[in-house]
Amino acid sequence: MSSAKSAATATASSAHSVVEPSPTSKRVAGAIVILYALITLVPLVWIFLTSIKSPPDSISYPPKILFTPSLEGYCNLFTTRTRQTPDYIAALPPPSGVCDAVTRERNMVIAGASNFLPRFANSLIIAFGSTFLAVSLGTLAAYGFSRFKVPLADDLLFFILSTRMMPPIAVAIPIYLMYRQLGLSDTALGMMLLYTAVNVSLAVWLLKGFIDEIPREYEEAAMIDGYTRLQAFFKVVLPQATTGIAATAIFCLIFAWNEYAFASLLTSGSAQTAPPFIPTIIGEGGQDWPAVAAGTTIFLVPILVFTILLRKQLLRGITFGAVRK
Amino acid sequence: MAEIRVDHLRKAFGDFVAVQDSSFTVEDGEFLALLGPSGCGKTTTLRMIAGLELPTGGGIHLGGDDVTYKRASERDIAFVFQLFALYPHMNVRKNIGFPLLSQGVPKAEIKRRVEETAKLLQIDHILDKSVSGLAGGDRQRVALGRAIVRRPKCFLMDEPLGTLDAEFRDVMVRELRELHNRIHATTVYVTHDQIEAMAMADKIAVMNHGIIEQFATPREIYNRPASMYVADFIGSPPMNFLRFSAGLPKGARIARIDGADVQMPELRADVAPGELALGVRPEHIRFSDASPLRGAIYGAEYLGTNQIVTVETAGGLVRARLPAERSYRIGDRVGLSFVADRLSLFDCRSGRAIPSTLHEGTLARDTRHREVRDLEVGHG
Ligand SMILES: Nc1ncnc2c1ncn2[C@@H]1O[C@H](COP(=O)(O)OP(=O)(O)O)[C@@H](O)[C@H]1O
Ligand SMILES: [Mg+2]
Repeated sequence: MSSAKSAATATASSAHSVVEPSPTSKRVAGAIVILYALITLVPLVWIFLTSIKSPPDSISYPPKILFTPSLEGYCNLFTTRTRQTPDYIAALPPPSGVCDAVTRERNMVIAGASNFLPRFANSLIIAFGSTFLAVSLGTLAAYGFSRFKVPLADDLLFFILSTRMMPPIAVAIPIYLMYRQLGLSDTALGMMLLYTAVNVSLAVWLLKGFIDEIPREYEEAAMIDGYTRLQAFFKVVLPQATTGIAATAIFCLIFAWNEYAFASLLTSGSAQTAPPFIPTIIGEGGQDWPAVAAGTTIFLVPILVFTILLRKQLLRGITFGAVRK
Repeated sequence: MAEIRVDHLRKAFGDFVAVQDSSFTVEDGEFLALLGPSGCGKTTTLRMIAGLELPTGGGIHLGGDDVTYKRASERDIAFVFQLFALYPHMNVRKNIGFPLLSQGVPKAEIKRRVEETAKLLQIDHILDKSVSGLAGGDRQRVALGRAIVRRPKCFLMDEPLGTLDAEFRDVMVRELRELHNRIHATTVYVTHDQIEAMAMADKIAVMNHGIIEQFATPREIYNRPASMYVADFIGSPPMNFLRFSAGLPKGARIARIDGADVQMPELRADVAPGELALGVRPEHIRFSDASPLRGAIYGAEYLGTNQIVTVETAGGLVRARLPAERSYRIGDRVGLSFVADRLSLFDCRSGRAIPSTLHEGTLARDTRHREVRDLEVGHG
């Protein structure tokens, strides 16, 4: 009896040491993670630093580590400017803001707002709209595939996935022609539909895995307790699928937010998104690097906020299959 | 509460028949255990009663209403799942109140009934806890709470103790039966554990490959198994079978096995020549030097209150439950004698019991009529 007990505690303590890493290995692991994080952060830091340099600093060689920060990049990003004579500028009333002042130093005056804000708004509308559509449709489809006997379910799932097997460039021309006929080219709706179509396959596959993991008994219990299947879906399945839905939404959003190939082919004017717009910011005598970097920095913010907000779900979602069973 | 009547119920999944022609009635307030090995169709039967699965044939009546093709939500039953199916995104109180919410019960009334139910199950102290941190027994009680809070027509439970550790199961078996004695809810309880079924049920339906082999009280099932399958499935160690070939006339009282005459209950039917088996419970065997039926001690298992002694006979191994005092040496030759009026005779080909005075005795007299009918059906 007592020997059995001590054997049990021995197993427990050895199991404990396997699960709980030693302080040294924890420190090593921490160092590796921090090092990796630093390496991946270098380009982002570079972009941010460039965005607060003046144009001459941004192209100086060797690159300047120490410099006087300037808001010129951000000013140039949001405005269009015209060159004027120094006399003209001297005759103007005092500058009304930081950007006014910065611009006048370069012998220019602000002529109006640039296209950045509308392009950025396009990105927001198209990316979040298509993510919402893809995740909604994907959840319903995944639930159907998971719970009902769908004829040819396996073939259908493969077919859905096959939409992701071609590079965008291979389908871009047919889509371009089709969109022109339908009046969808260079429209937000067209881009939203396109991104939804691409993302819905990812959403169906990811979410089917998550929903498969939710035992049917939960819905069945709800149905026995007097709820319809639809009510059971909303009250019992959806709350338990939030992790999966959040993870899927982030993946879909990142794709739609960063997408460049379709966007540059299918949008040029009113529906243009930020990715094809940012590289086209031209200054006097070449690329306005601080403005491009400023655009990129701002462009990173929404995805960063969204990911930080959902990071718990994202982590749980990614390790979901591993944790259960 | 209501009576459940299951009529020639059948369920096929494609070519595979999971439930075949099942008929039984659970009377108002009765506790029925559906007992059988894994895969025999217990869950399928229960799910058809619940409305989670539509039958291929037959009918189901709940309190007199035909509900065969009604939705689960319209049947007013409660179901306790094997994995409890507690909603992880709700706390205990919300889980228990969830069925009342669907019926549009006012908030104050829900609160009152949830608390009343929790008190009954002695879980009122964990009402505001999250269900994910609960221990097995408390999860079980919450699942029961969700079932009884609505006061449904009947309870269906699918191996609700299957995931608890053995120690705790005994406690829950007692609690479940006490709960039943207090609220008298018509209950169908699925289990593969004969001890659970024997300890809790008023009636047991023993299932095998989608067929109900016997439907009777626990005592009847133990004392007068309707088939060799039931005799073998119930009891630990199970019933011994002494096989022999013979044809016996109605009124016969002697079976000739290995050259020895063995007394048995008087037969109530003619038996055509063929393979037969005499069924002997281990506790109905005594060692007697005078007996012509002989064997050699093969092994003994000491259990404290008694011991299981295995004897090798010409017809195979026979297990006897004997007083614990004496010890036996392996290889010793012994004579076996049986308690004559407790023996069953089976037809090996059909596996069914042959009617005899065993089925008319004072044992479990209360349900004799059903028993006789069972046997006739089995034989026809
Ligand atoms: N949805 C289903 N599709 C196909 N076969 C099934 C389905 N449900 C159950 N079965 C089969 O029916 C038989 C009985 O299952 P079940 O009622 O769950 O058995 P038990 O509960 O007695 O273990 C099993 O062989 C099982 O594989
Ligand atoms: Mg089962």
